[in-house]
Amino acid sequence: MRTRTLIRLAVIASIAGFTTASLAATADEAKSAIEKAETADKQAAALKNQWTTAEKALKNAKAAVAAGKFDDAVKQAQEAEALSNASAAQAKEQDKLWPEAVVR
Amino acid sequence: MLRKILIAAALVAGAVQPLLAAEHASDPKADFKAFRDYFTKRFPKVALDDFVNGPYSMDEGLRKQWKAIDEFPPYEFAVEKGKEMFATPFKNGKTYGDCFPNKGIGVRQTYPRFDEKSGQVVTLDVALNACREANGEKPFDYSKDDMAALTAYMAFTSRGKAMDIKIPDDPRALAAYTKGKEYFYTRRGQLNFSCASCHVQNPGNHIRTEVLAPALGIMNAMPIYRSAWGGMGTTSRRLRSCNSQVRGVPLKAESEEYRDVEYYLSYMANGLPISGPGARP
Repeated sequence: MRTRTLIRLAVIASIAGFTTASLAATADEAKSAIEKAETADKQAAALKNQWTTAEKALKNAKAAVAAGKFDDAVKQAQEAEALSNASAAQAKEQDKLWPEAVVR
Repeated sequence: MLRKILIAAALVAGAVQPLLAAEHASDPKADFKAFRDYFTKRFPKVALDDFVNGPYSMDEGLRKQWKAIDEFPPYEFAVEKGKEMFATPFKNGKTYGDCFPNKGIGVRQTYPRFDEKSGQVVTLDVALNACREANGEKPFDYSKDDMAALTAYMAFTSRGKAMDIKIPDDPRALAAYTKGKEYFYTRRGQLNFSCASCHVQNPGNHIRTEVLAPALGIMNAMPIYRSAWGGMGTTSRRLRSCNSQVRGVPLKAESEEYRDVEYYLSYMANGLPISGPGARP
């Protein structure tokens, strides 16, 4: 009985520990996520097709880092990266598609 | 063998390049006819010259409001201010009039122009700032206030004159026109809208509380007083605000893209009267 209880406690503790470790981002992870977002943003800027929502998410990510909220920073940076990648994809797609919309 | 392959590849690339360049080539005259036909067929009850009145040509209720507002036009102060600025000499004694044909009176309908020297499109706003700088003055902000007042006055002196935009026989001019056309039809921003999404595909329809203006003649009313802004705004301000509304980061005021799209749209409006400065909701 005691062994079973100990095993249960150990399992609970390990799950709790694992979960905490996997969710808590470090400053380095936040920095890395922001760097990726900035690279995607530069690509969108080069295509002159940045989205305001990507800029806002990137700004929020940097503010979160400054506030020591690394989980938030990673989340915002990943959103910024995804939005910038989408805007770059839109620009490349539209480069081919725009003539379809021309009044003829 | 490798050499032959490289030579063959180079020949193919050379042959394909002009095809790629020609793929998006424009025929402004054909574009003009198609554009005009599209709007006149879609809105047969709207008189051709009335398209320059934007949303008021599309909606009777709005038109009545506009007629009432126009008894005391909200842009009147800007016209008065612009007139005074226009006549006031720079520190060197010269005036804006010295930089323009006919002393700048009744010339707005000829802008934008393609400048063969710079190989770029020059809008009225850019010409005004070039005039200031050539006379030792600092350029104005391209978005509002002083620039809007100057262009409002110049537009007022051109009221009723037919838009008269030339595309000279210069491949750079045609390229600028084509880039403007491309910008107009390219979807952008997170909402995935192009200028044409609103002003070609949906004029007369509502977007939230606004009635969308037709693209035909849309530049003829610039600059405009917008109730939503609580003041005057230039063409640059309008284009930047359109970009923001679709969640796109606006370009710099009077950037090459904005000048080119103004060139394209103004050419499409050739023959239609200048109605600026305008008033919009």
